[in-house]
Amino acid sequence: MTTRTLTLTVAAKVALAVAMTAALSGAAHAQSRDQIRAVGSSTVFPFTTAVAEAFGKGGKFKTPVIESTGTGGGLKLFCAGVGPQHPDIANASRRIKTSEVEQCAANGVTQITELKIGFDGIALAYSKAAPHIDLTTEILWKALAKEVLVGGKMVANPYKKWSDIDAKLPNKDIEVLGPPPTSGTRDTFNELVMLEGCKKVKEVKDAVPDEKAREKACMTIREDGGYVEAGENDNLIVQKLTANPDSFGVFGYSYIDQNRDKLQCAKMDGEELTPEAVAAGKYELARPLYVYVKTAHAGVIPGIREFIADYTAEKAFGDDGYLADKGLIPLPKADRDAARAAAANLAPLQL
Amino acid sequence: MSVTATKSRYQSAEFADRLRRRYAAERRFRLAGMAAVGIASLMLVVLLGSIVGKGYTAFWQTQIRLEVTFDKAQVEEGNTMPLLRQALYAVVPEVTDRAGRRSLNELLSSGAPYQLEAMVKANPALVGTKQTVWVLADDEVDQFMKGFIRRDVPESERRLNDIKIGALDKLAAAGAVKSAFNTTLFTAGDSREPEQAGIWGAIVGSFLTLTVTMLLSVPIGVAAAVYLEEFAPKNRWTDLIEVNINNLAAVPSIIFGLLGLAVFLGFFGMPRSAPLVGGLVMALMTLPVIIIASRVALKAVPPSIREAALGVGASPLQTVAHHVLPLAMPGILTGTIIGMARALGETAPLLMIGMVAFIVDIPHGLTDSATALPVQIYMWADSPERAFTERTSAAILVLLAFLILMNGLAVFLRKKFERRW
Repeated sequence: MTTRTLTLTVAAKVALAVAMTAALSGAAHAQSRDQIRAVGSSTVFPFTTAVAEAFGKGGKFKTPVIESTGTGGGLKLFCAGVGPQHPDIANASRRIKTSEVEQCAANGVTQITELKIGFDGIALAYSKAAPHIDLTTEILWKALAKEVLVGGKMVANPYKKWSDIDAKLPNKDIEVLGPPPTSGTRDTFNELVMLEGCKKVKEVKDAVPDEKAREKACMTIREDGGYVEAGENDNLIVQKLTANPDSFGVFGYSYIDQNRDKLQCAKMDGEELTPEAVAAGKYELARPLYVYVKTAHAGVIPGIREFIADYTAEKAFGDDGYLADKGLIPLPKADRDAARAAAANLAPLQL
Repeated sequence: MSVTATKSRYQSAEFADRLRRRYAAERRFRLAGMAAVGIASLMLVVLLGSIVGKGYTAFWQTQIRLEVTFDKAQVEEGNTMPLLRQALYAVVPEVTDRAGRRSLNELLSSGAPYQLEAMVKANPALVGTKQTVWVLADDEVDQFMKGFIRRDVPESERRLNDIKIGALDKLAAAGAVKSAFNTTLFTAGDSREPEQAGIWGAIVGSFLTLTVTMLLSVPIGVAAAVYLEEFAPKNRWTDLIEVNINNLAAVPSIIFGLLGLAVFLGFFGMPRSAPLVGGLVMALMTLPVIIIASRVALKAVPPSIREAALGVGASPLQTVAHHVLPLAMPGILTGTIIGMARALGETAPLLMIGMVAFIVDIPHGLTDSATALPVQIYMWADSPERAFTERTSAAILVLLAFLILMNGLAVFLRKKFERRW
């Protein structure tokens, strides 16, 4: 009797397994796509999604699906191969690396079109209630690095108050709320603030002669409470800054733009974060944003050419385009024209 | 032996003292318990209070009344934005310069023309006539009307300049600004414009995902539990399986996402962002929960039921199918619903299989791209636009409502069908 019931249960399981396999193979066939797929940077995400939505509302094509995976993860997916199961577009908050291009080529993705779409700026913001102060990358590095230079040697950061670094700065505890290491904004912060600020202290070169080690020492952020990892949610940081006027927050431009009634920005090396200063190359805490297109997919997946044409249209990424409303800092006119031409001709990437 | 009047040991001073201490300990324990419950309730009230306080405004959305002429040529061309703009300029005739008019244009939602097109589609007779239309206002106008953008700060620090505020005051004075129930929130898919964004796409995505999860995990989970509990011999192999099932129940959910990425997307080549894959991954995640809950429920059925059934000649399968399983059903259902509720609130495994994505179109099938309700909340929470803050809280309220509904159903089923021995 037990054997009979056993066979029954086994039979039921086999039936289920068969049903599952059928469902699986069915899905495997439904692979050809009529919808553009983009992956990549969370910084570029708000802009690509805005273009995608407008593109979908145009009515001729389905709305592209945009994933926010981070630049590195996005390029990895993008470079995994050619075919409908791989994404068509990668958003990147830095330029594609040679190693990534090689990875792409190894998987058959030999033709990539690069579009520079604008800039992202980061700034140190604080509550409107606090008095205005100006900073330099050098001061910021001294305030936030794990080890700083004292008497020709790298020692654990001794600065507790801003006034310890420079007597002109306020006599307040150093407290900066910033993104965690998983965030793209943190990478930018490390590169543009920590590394650049560190370079301005010439003696670091003598203290740490090895370049790799120096870079690492420069970019390591203190963990004794001066820098508070405030999570990915920038809206929360805005709330915390309003509640505590003594602390600072590290933000991307779009959040500052949205919260000008609550926050003010510190000038960096004498420059205010404005789209004009960034486009002119005067404000240094800014980086270009890129969109990479798999050329082989143009014409296979419907709408790719049209999508990137929409992206590079003046009404999208121009000075008064809707992406500027979303917090993108527009490129100078000549660069915009170049990007538009690259989109039209699907110009191959040149590193 | 004479009975002397010495106190019995139950009345001695030491005993009274011990008794008092035992009562005191009892009181302390009760107080600690009440304090724990009190703190937990207070936290819950604070949490819910902050979510409701932030979110309730999102259920209303500002609309602007305009007198729109449905010009034939432009309606046919599909270019209805100028019609709306002309109607708006007519309300504020004193603004004539280009920059001023551009400010006025920004009062209206970019989705407003689609409202006109939908009207014409529903009633072609409108073409060529002049109609009073309530159109969506821009999210910043909405935030301003709700009082989230202050008007007493300098113009450069406001998202709304003086021209916009002047025009809004004029419209409001004429009764042409109203706050209506935000139906878009419940009928639309995602959007980058807060006033056009909705959670319907995410709800459908969650529903499709959970359907797959339930269809797979319930039959497999219950069958596995019945076999392990009622039929399987107790040996080293079943012990090993049991340890593994208990282990799986405690594995962080992101691991299931990685597994889904490697197996379902990598090996089987299934599409990214599909509710089918999401459902499969969630099914793997809830399977151990269901198996454990079902085994507990089966264990709770008294052996006398089985013995009685076997005693009157029922086969073991009949015993299980006719007697044990029905009696264990309330417990199994409770476990299943709680497992499903957990799957409904999960985002981490979906991250790996591409369901954390910006998806505007409402999914229609298991292989369409879709997202899920908690993912939508996560993505809105991350958006810079201030109007998304209240929408985030509103979406959380909807998710909580679903969770309360599911857990309430679990309690109801247990109360209704539970048998005590």
